[in-house]
Amino acid sequence: MNEKTFEYLLRLADDRLILGHRLSELCAHAPILEEDIALANIGLDCIGQAKFLYEVAAELEGKNRTPDDIVYFREAIAYKNLLLVEQPNGDFAQTIVRQFLYDSFGILLFDKLQNSSFVPLAGIAQKAVKEIRYHYRHSSQWLLRLGDGTEESHQRTQEALNNLWKFTDEIFLSDETENLLTEEGIAVRSSSLKEEWLKIVTELITKATLSIPESGVKVYKGGREGKHSEHLGHLLAEMQIVARSYPEIQW
Amino acid sequence: MVEITSHTVESIRELLSTIKDPEVPAISIVELGIVRDVQLWENVVTIIITPTYSGCPAMKMIEDEIRSVLTKNGFSMIAIKTIFSPAWTTDWISEPAKLKLKNYGIAPPQSIVQSPLLQIEILKIVCPNCNSNDTKLKSEFGSTSCKSFYYCHSCSQPFEYFKPF
Repeated sequence: MNEKTFEYLLRLADDRLILGHRLSELCAHAPILEEDIALANIGLDCIGQAKFLYEVAAELEGKNRTPDDIVYFREAIAYKNLLLVEQPNGDFAQTIVRQFLYDSFGILLFDKLQNSSFVPLAGIAQKAVKEIRYHYRHSSQWLLRLGDGTEESHQRTQEALNNLWKFTDEIFLSDETENLLTEEGIAVRSSSLKEEWLKIVTELITKATLSIPESGVKVYKGGREGKHSEHLGHLLAEMQIVARSYPEIQW
Repeated sequence: MVEITSHTVESIRELLSTIKDPEVPAISIVELGIVRDVQLWENVVTIIITPTYSGCPAMKMIEDEIRSVLTKNGFSMIAIKTIFSPAWTTDWISEPAKLKLKNYGIAPPQSIVQSPLLQIEILKIVCPNCNSNDTKLKSEFGSTSCKSFYYCHSCSQPFEYFKPF
């Protein structure tokens, strides 16, 4: 069971880390100062949550690895994050839509995880859900403003939605690990969150005068098994280069 | 060098009370509520702390500070343990500490109001400088994870608000 819990914690942590890293790329590049500060703050929360999850996972694993070891010395295939969170920042609309699609899921997931029978995870979730509520408010407010804003902002946001929607199926695919851990009271079956998530995003997207793209035939998945889009490799290369070039370096 | 045997859990708490939050130097880490427990067993001291915001980069600095203060006071066996549950909340900041925040120029956090998951109540925040109600939220995200950014129309000054959390 410990092995499965480790795997589950890794998934949660990788989602938060990769999304946080994407946001960190925008530090000093956001459209306005307040937004720069906001995105950096949100990114920091995500990376902080990831760090806690890696710490708990590492302790469970018992191999004396630190969060840094896990983050800097793993290949893309060992990363278990969702494809959605590794998608590039694109324009501001794409950054916001990606954030919104994740936050609306994250808020439901971490709310439920507060009741996890695995106490350290429950504690991390108690903190995380409070933070994601602020993130969700930020991304959902922007979605409304961009969708119901100018002709160009509307068009770009719709394009971002069209581009990213195909990655949302994967969020709600539950596998054996998740099912087993849910029965143990440790995890939350993500498929059980889909209905509520769809209700939330449909309402917001409609309110933003945008439309939900039609689902395609192909299901984009594989993140949980380490099969990623080409983007993750580039992200990791940049994130890991210093630690790999100077493995013993201390800040 | 202070004799270790002269220390009690209470006196260690007092030592920790001299450590200020590096990002909000108006209050100590004890007043902030992040020191959850102090344990003393022979000459081994264990400090149990809990993080504030996940993204707070001050936590590492706080740990270093704790270690340094205790070392200076004669301890050589120091363990700092982080616990995640129960999760820290701004409700643990004591009332006198909230007043110190206000005097420092940061609007203190209001008590947590339970609200639906997808909503956060935006309340009127009183300006810590002129006590006016005529304030406006400028950005939910401020100079640190724990603060949002406000503007006071009455005294025309920006100020920070410690987010209820």
